[in-house]
Amino acid sequence: MKEITIISGKGGAGKTSFTASFAFLAKNRVLADCDVDAADLHILAQPKIVHQEDFFGGKKATIDLNKCSHCGVCIENCRYGAIGQDFVVDHTACEGCALCHYLCPETAVTMEETLNGKWFISETRFGPMVHANLIPGEENSGKLVALVRNQAKVIAEERNMDMVIVDGAPGVGCPVISSITGVDHVVIVTEPTMSGVHDMKRALELVRHFNIPVSLVINKWDIYPRMTMEIEEFAKSENIQLAGKVPYDRAVTDTMVRRRAVVEVGPGPAADAIIGVWDQLKQRIWQ
Amino acid sequence: MIVAVASGKGGTGKTTVATSLGAVLGTRSQILDCDVEEPNCHILLKPTILTSDTVSLPVPSVDLKKCSLCGKCGEVCQFSAIVQIGKTVIAFPELCHGCGSCSMLCPDKAIEEVPRNLGVIETGMAANLEFVQGRIRIGEAMAPPLIRAVKNRIKSNKFVILDAPPGASCPVITTVKGADFVIMVTEPTPFGLNDLEIAVEAIEGLGIPIGVVIKQI
Repeated sequence: MKEITIISGKGGAGKTSFTASFAFLAKNRVLADCDVDAADLHILAQPKIVHQEDFFGGKKATIDLNKCSHCGVCIENCRYGAIGQDFVVDHTACEGCALCHYLCPETAVTMEETLNGKWFISETRFGPMVHANLIPGEENSGKLVALVRNQAKVIAEERNMDMVIVDGAPGVGCPVISSITGVDHVVIVTEPTMSGVHDMKRALELVRHFNIPVSLVINKWDIYPRMTMEIEEFAKSENIQLAGKVPYDRAVTDTMVRRRAVVEVGPGPAADAIIGVWDQLKQRIWQ
Repeated sequence: MIVAVASGKGGTGKTTVATSLGAVLGTRSQILDCDVEEPNCHILLKPTILTSDTVSLPVPSVDLKKCSLCGKCGEVCQFSAIVQIGKTVIAFPELCHGCGSCSMLCPDKAIEEVPRNLGVIETGMAANLEFVQGRIRIGEAMAPPLIRAVKNRIKSNKFVILDAPPGASCPVITTVKGADFVIMVTEPTPFGLNDLEIAVEAIEGLGIPIGVVIKQI
């Protein structure tokens, strides 16, 4: 069983559209949406939820004002500035370290588990899918990503599937790291714009930091062919495998509006190119 | 006045809106790129960088000569970043949130705090606009402490523009907290709307007024 993750660095480069297309083209796969703080894959996959569970990622401090003697030890030592002068804890700032709980001479601070989100196992026309929603504004997205990936792997093993396809988050931080560590292959989707290239290079550095095989895909390559050429030269000089180029095609957005992956609705410039990219990727992943 | 530019979905045009605002306001304003994972304001503004400082988080280092192997550190750490195993204590600095609990509560005073590099903060000028950006070290997972350090550079006498990261979790909240207004930039697609709704829900909880800009209509 192989696990592949699609990331981009920059948001809006086409991760989720590619993931849905790969999901349609792959046979015998489990999908995992690991962009848990702004998940979009469900919009295309239209999952039917068969199982759901709450996700408790951490704890937050609460001060019992009846016990509190206003000594201020907690305020003085909290490094997150989470405790106000009125001794009320700001839960958006509290990281749940419990130092105040241990230091309080009146034992007025309790640590309570917080609900950070929900995760789901669903059936989709692309096969089983594991996904999650972090409650807006909550923390611990990395932990939730790890949980989603684990569940997807369990399903893949139970049902004897060949592959887990993971849709990653933008950026290079906690949820992205959690979505790529230990996978068999990472696909970086980029676009020929200044920010697309800048962000792709940082994502690439991250993937190399963890020593994971990687392929590059240039999306909307024809919106700025000169920069596409520069990306191709960069890939060559850095010895990065280019899995293909996909042209700008309105059909991608049009099919998204109809809740479909672009390869599902028949041939076209983007759909044909994505099929070519997938053939390349398959060879690399199974070689 | 502090205005944050956020979006939920990535690639909708946050940075374009934030830098355009900065360019229009010019000398009266300061722009801070809080998308420390993928800072892009510098690409459009081409600032001259004048200062660069490393930002770090204090993480534990154990002096086993002083340690009595009581296990207190592992008991108090909520992040499994330090643990006593047999006759030794092992720290996992990359999991540490830098809260100081283990060093402060160690009865043997055996834990010293050493810096873990989170990234850099660069400041400079883009024409007459004051410019600040954070850039996370590749491999570092925790953006919020670096974002807080970027926001410590806010100048209260300026019109402040914060360029937020995409998404709706802690890095976004850390960025927009304390702002007077949030501009949400979106695009008219199912992904754009879905992520806008999530981000608005996250920011509404902070009680900050929100305005929406629709791009590529």
